[in-house]
Amino acid sequence: MAESAEEGGLVFHPMDQFIIQPLFGGDVTWYTPTNAALWMGFSIIAIIVLLVLGSRHRAIVPSRSQSIAELAYGFIYKMVEDICGKEGLRYFPYIMTLFMFIVCANFLGLIPTAFTPTSHFAVTVVLALAVFITVTVLGFVKNGAGFLSLFWVSSAPLALRPILAVIELISYFVRPVSHSIRLAGNVMAGHAVIKVFAGFAALTAVSPIAVLGITAMYGLEVLVSFIQAYVFTILTCVYLKDALHPHH
Amino acid sequence: MATETPGADAASSGGMPQLDFSTWGNQIFWLVLTLIVIYFVLARIALPRIAAILAERQGTITSDLAAAEDLKAKAEEAEAAYEKALIDARAEAHRIVAEAKAEIQGDLDAAIAKADAEIAAKAAESEKAIAEIRAGALEAVKEVAGETAQEIVAAMGGQADASAIATAVDARVKG
Repeated sequence: MAESAEEGGLVFHPMDQFIIQPLFGGDVTWYTPTNAALWMGFSIIAIIVLLVLGSRHRAIVPSRSQSIAELAYGFIYKMVEDICGKEGLRYFPYIMTLFMFIVCANFLGLIPTAFTPTSHFAVTVVLALAVFITVTVLGFVKNGAGFLSLFWVSSAPLALRPILAVIELISYFVRPVSHSIRLAGNVMAGHAVIKVFAGFAALTAVSPIAVLGITAMYGLEVLVSFIQAYVFTILTCVYLKDALHPHH
Repeated sequence: MATETPGADAASSGGMPQLDFSTWGNQIFWLVLTLIVIYFVLARIALPRIAAILAERQGTITSDLAAAEDLKAKAEEAEAAYEKALIDARAEAHRIVAEAKAEIQGDLDAAIAKADAEIAAKAAESEKAIAEIRAGALEAVKEVAGETAQEIVAAMGGQADASAIATAVDARVKG
């Protein structure tokens, strides 16, 4: 099937870029170093360069890299403080970890031939479930049974409350699904579309349009990379706020 | 190509590598490891350090503002002291001027009084001299008039009584 397509001059393998491959051959077992592991490692390096090396001078007047580190810190710190309040700041390092990992993985994934860990549901589902389980457990630990008042909309008319409770309950359990699919879906779709345009670039007639399309999509993907990390983080903050203050 | 790997098989058969659950365990393992590493790097090194930098900057700005406020207060104080010194100096100058004026006035008054006294003395002396001269002149007039009257009487052939002539001259000179 693939061979016949190649003979036609058009080769579309938009999903091949997402294949998990072992770095040193062999089968993919749970500990095999793969391209996913490699690019996650690059994320760690990027975060260390940005936040640890960037701030190593501890300057009162910051250098450029220190400014970036401070901006990232201030951005997430303010987000947590604004949404969750002062008591949410205890969880700031967790939220910062999520944001920095997603934003670095997304941006590193934009390097041509790179692998994007956040395009995989395995990654985003774990991230989203971690948030979901943490928030739910935290909600019950902090508020006890009072956490259930999250589903009991006391501002609504009494007759509507049971119906709203069902809707709230469903929406609560849909949270991790939408939380994870939104991130992986956006990243995967953007990368796949770029690959499709790249496939069209093989045809001389449409190649200028295809190259333009790649450029435009790449610009969009740069935005999406940041926005999706931002959305994931801000939703985490909103869920955390529900756990800390479940009353409407 | 890496068609030997199960992931590649899934992809080439048209499926999504994302849904190849055989790789999930591997990805989850590396993800959890990555997150733990990032968390410790952030929580132990990066975040406390950046927080310290921001706090230090805030402290520096606050203390700089306080110092500026302090200096401003000092400048205002100095200005007030300067103004006060200026007013004092002006008052002192006024006082000295008034004193000098009073002193000069005293000297002047004394000098004027002295001069007045001298003038008055001189005037009295002059008056006395004038009175003497006037008295002298009157005597001379009487004498000349008497002699003249005697001569005239003699020339007219009469014999004039000296005392009668003196009385007549006196009466004429007075009148």
